[in-house]
Amino acid sequence: MSRPPEPVFLERQSYRRRRLSDAARLMPVVGLVLLLLPLLWADRATTSGGILYTFSVWAILIGATRLISRRLSDFDPFGEPRETSEATLSKDGGMR
Amino acid sequence: MLSFNALALISVLYVALLFAVAFWADKRAERGQGGWLRSPLVYTLSLSIYCTAWTFYGAVGYAARSGLEFATIYLGPTLVMVGWWVLLRRLVRIGKTQRITSIADLISSRYGKSNMLGVLVTLLAVAGTTPYIALQLQSVTLSFAVFMGGQSNAPEDLAAVALWVAFGLAVFTILFGTRNLDVEERHHGIVMAIALEAVVKLIALLAVGIFAVFWIGSGPSDMMARIDASPIDVWALQPDRWMTMIFLSAAAFICLPRMFQVMVVENEHERHLSTAAWAFPVYLFLISLFVIPIAVVGLSVMPEGSNPDLFVLTLPLAFDQNALATLAFLGGFSSATSMVIVASIALATMVSNHIVMPIWLSTRSGGATVSGDVRDVVIFSRRASIAGILILGFLYFRLSGGGAALASIGLVAFVGVSQVLPALIGGIFWRGATRIGAAAGLATGFVLWIWTSFLPSFGDGAILSASVFQEGPFGIAMLRPNALFWIDGLDPLVHSVLWSMALNTLAFCVFSLMSFPSPLERLQGATFVNIFRYSDRARGWAGRAAEAEDLLMMAQRIIGPGVAQRIFESEAATQGKQGYLPDVTPDFMDRLERELAGSVGAATAHAMIAQITGGASVTVEDLIRVADEAQQILEYSNQLEAKSAEQERTARQLREANEKLLALSVQKDGFLSQISHELRTPMTSIRSFSEILMGDTSMEAGDRLRYSRIIHDETKRLTRLLDDLLDLSVLENGQVTLNMDEETLGAVLDRAVAAMEVATGARHFAIERSGDGEDVVLFTDSDRLAQVFINLIANALKYCENPSPKLTIKVGQAAGQRVVDFVDNGKGIPTEAQTLIFEKFARVSDNHAAGGAGLGLAICREVMTRLGGSIVYLPGQGGAAFRVVVPDAKVKAT
Repeated sequence: MSRPPEPVFLERQSYRRRRLSDAARLMPVVGLVLLLLPLLWADRATTSGGILYTFSVWAILIGATRLISRRLSDFDPFGEPRETSEATLSKDGGMR
Repeated sequence: MLSFNALALISVLYVALLFAVAFWADKRAERGQGGWLRSPLVYTLSLSIYCTAWTFYGAVGYAARSGLEFATIYLGPTLVMVGWWVLLRRLVRIGKTQRITSIADLISSRYGKSNMLGVLVTLLAVAGTTPYIALQLQSVTLSFAVFMGGQSNAPEDLAAVALWVAFGLAVFTILFGTRNLDVEERHHGIVMAIALEAVVKLIALLAVGIFAVFWIGSGPSDMMARIDASPIDVWALQPDRWMTMIFLSAAAFICLPRMFQVMVVENEHERHLSTAAWAFPVYLFLISLFVIPIAVVGLSVMPEGSNPDLFVLTLPLAFDQNALATLAFLGGFSSATSMVIVASIALATMVSNHIVMPIWLSTRSGGATVSGDVRDVVIFSRRASIAGILILGFLYFRLSGGGAALASIGLVAFVGVSQVLPALIGGIFWRGATRIGAAAGLATGFVLWIWTSFLPSFGDGAILSASVFQEGPFGIAMLRPNALFWIDGLDPLVHSVLWSMALNTLAFCVFSLMSFPSPLERLQGATFVNIFRYSDRARGWAGRAAEAEDLLMMAQRIIGPGVAQRIFESEAATQGKQGYLPDVTPDFMDRLERELAGSVGAATAHAMIAQITGGASVTVEDLIRVADEAQQILEYSNQLEAKSAEQERTARQLREANEKLLALSVQKDGFLSQISHELRTPMTSIRSFSEILMGDTSMEAGDRLRYSRIIHDETKRLTRLLDDLLDLSVLENGQVTLNMDEETLGAVLDRAVAAMEVATGARHFAIERSGDGEDVVLFTDSDRLAQVFINLIANALKYCENPSPKLTIKVGQAAGQRVVDFVDNGKGIPTEAQTLIFEKFARVSDNHAAGGAGLGLAICREVMTRLGGSIVYLPGQGGAAFRVVVPDAKVKAT
């Protein structure tokens, strides 16, 4: 099935939003790389150093994700689910 | 130290509190007062069932044994949550639109609603989860044993505790997990209770940690020094295990049935995910924060040989902190119970939807249309499944002896459930993944897991004899459980994960590539992979109609009469029909199937509708037709677009034509009034002078002569005007006959200038001609051309107001055409008048002296058009300038 062509260039708002979602996609990769880094120097470090590093990376990942998620939800408030009629119908379903 | 009875009482009170909370939350949800019950916070906390008793007690033991490696169990899920945009968002959206009830349902639904895959995943989940439940029971009994201390350590008492715990959990789960057969499969009461337990276990672990760091130790820096001084200082970071564990925990986090249950099935709103994306990692962070300090302090304070797995409990007890110990006990109790509750619900849903219901359906020869409520069957099968799973867990606990073998079962279970990962990831990102591929991958992974991980976890000689480990089954060295394909020396866990996941993925890909999916699989594949593009699902049912009444009867039995009738009524209403029986359209069948799938799973719902319609749902031809329809719609819309563009063009042309017509009409009116005016003026003077002549007979001869001349002049002027009009009309109607002959341009100009020199006699008027290019021979009507030239010269003569008037006649080339420019040194014509001068009766000034009627230039234009040339005004020449484009001499050739 052919799709309607997507516009080649986007207005500023959509462009920012797409780059934000790119950043969101990048997060696990960045996190993985940071968490695998200790493998390079683990044999020369103390446990306390390792703990500090690991928990710092952890905190940074949390902070960055929070930032990106917030911005993303600002852009896209997700909207209510499409099938509102069905959803309300089943939520108060009378079969309890 | 607390007595056993006091502890039991506290536990019972705590459980009572949980019951109350669950009951209250269910009631609120029922009344539609969800409010903060459905907040992102509750969602995040409910995810914490990832942290089981294995985390609560085991993480400290793990840290005591392997240092920081324990953190990998929480780093993997952190990565998954942090990457929510890539995977979890997709999963949640699919879960919502397809009404997914469990991970088995997801796999089954994706691969053409195949129940075979559902059964496979269910078996895998049961095999992976039962030992895990046993582990939770063990942790609760062990914690009881710690409190009992020396009082009574008889295994019978411990078994009794495990039995009572299992019984209590079964009652709780059945009460709140199967009170209703919800079309959305949500359990608000249970989620709320879990959220409460999540808070309790976090507070408990933090409290013990703070106690260890600030009470026993003296602050963070002291703790760092203690860590470096402790036996776990040797940071034995094994790269292979570090990587494998991060991968494994991430995979398990996605695939664990209980995690899927809270993350996807119980998800209230996609928005909650964006909060949980960072909030749940915060929870994991906090849970992990004090694990190493507790382990270090425990190792230094507790006597040699004490179980590090219980430091969380024994450390406060060693310092006689009974309240703290009780809190820690409740934390551990919460971790264990919340995991068991959700895991058993998730498993019961899978077992009932994918094993019990299909069997029950197939034993009913009457098909799905016989009367009787299926809901009772479904709910009963769920309840029985929950009880069965807990009994299985208890038996496992009893039979395995509750020993150290259980401690390692957490990771073994992780490896088991992770086998679903390739089929899951492939299913939602790769349209080419097929049912055969998924089955092959799952089966391969399942077998390898059993062989390399599950069976060896019981220890040498328990199920597999030591010789199997050393020489392989039947002496086949290639198949040794810890050294497949002769590769020795790997860490057993790394070995198992590596081979099972690699071969699982390989089988999945190869068989997917080689097999051909059924139409329904392709439909579902496209829907799952493009879940964000087509949120409207493609149609799964084609033409073949069923009786609406049969469908209603069946739907009532599964989702209850109230809901079923409402669905049918609303569908009928949207179709514009009265009553409860809508037309059975494919769209309606899809919707109905989805509603049913929310209760009994996609495969069963599909099978039930198929029973009524009596056959396959969608064929290749249907798929092609749907594709054709879409293509046609696209083409149609393209055509419409082209048509509308064309219409716009036509409208524009019509608008222009209309404007032209209006202008012409104005022009015509102007022309008529002009012409009457032009005719009337000479007539008036002729009439009045002839009246004078007639009336006054005694007029002097001189006067008479003057009057007669005036009359004569006016008549001449009138005649000239009429001649001009006639000329113009003839020219415009194309009735003019042209006398074509050959003559040089110079000769024509000579004639025109000569004719005008007669007239210029009175006034000094200089005509400049360079003579260049005038020798070109023209094939044209030279008289008419001369007429145009004369007209232009006469105009210059009339209107040039320069005291020493001068006209320059220049022959040249412009744009490849021969042109003759007539430029005088007067004031020229104002820009706004330049477009008007070629119109009839257009006069630039009121200078009537010239006596022209304003037809001259109009005639010139018509003549030039007839001759195949043109005449335009040439602006910017310092005076009035006209350019005559002379028809090319090549006409002569014809």
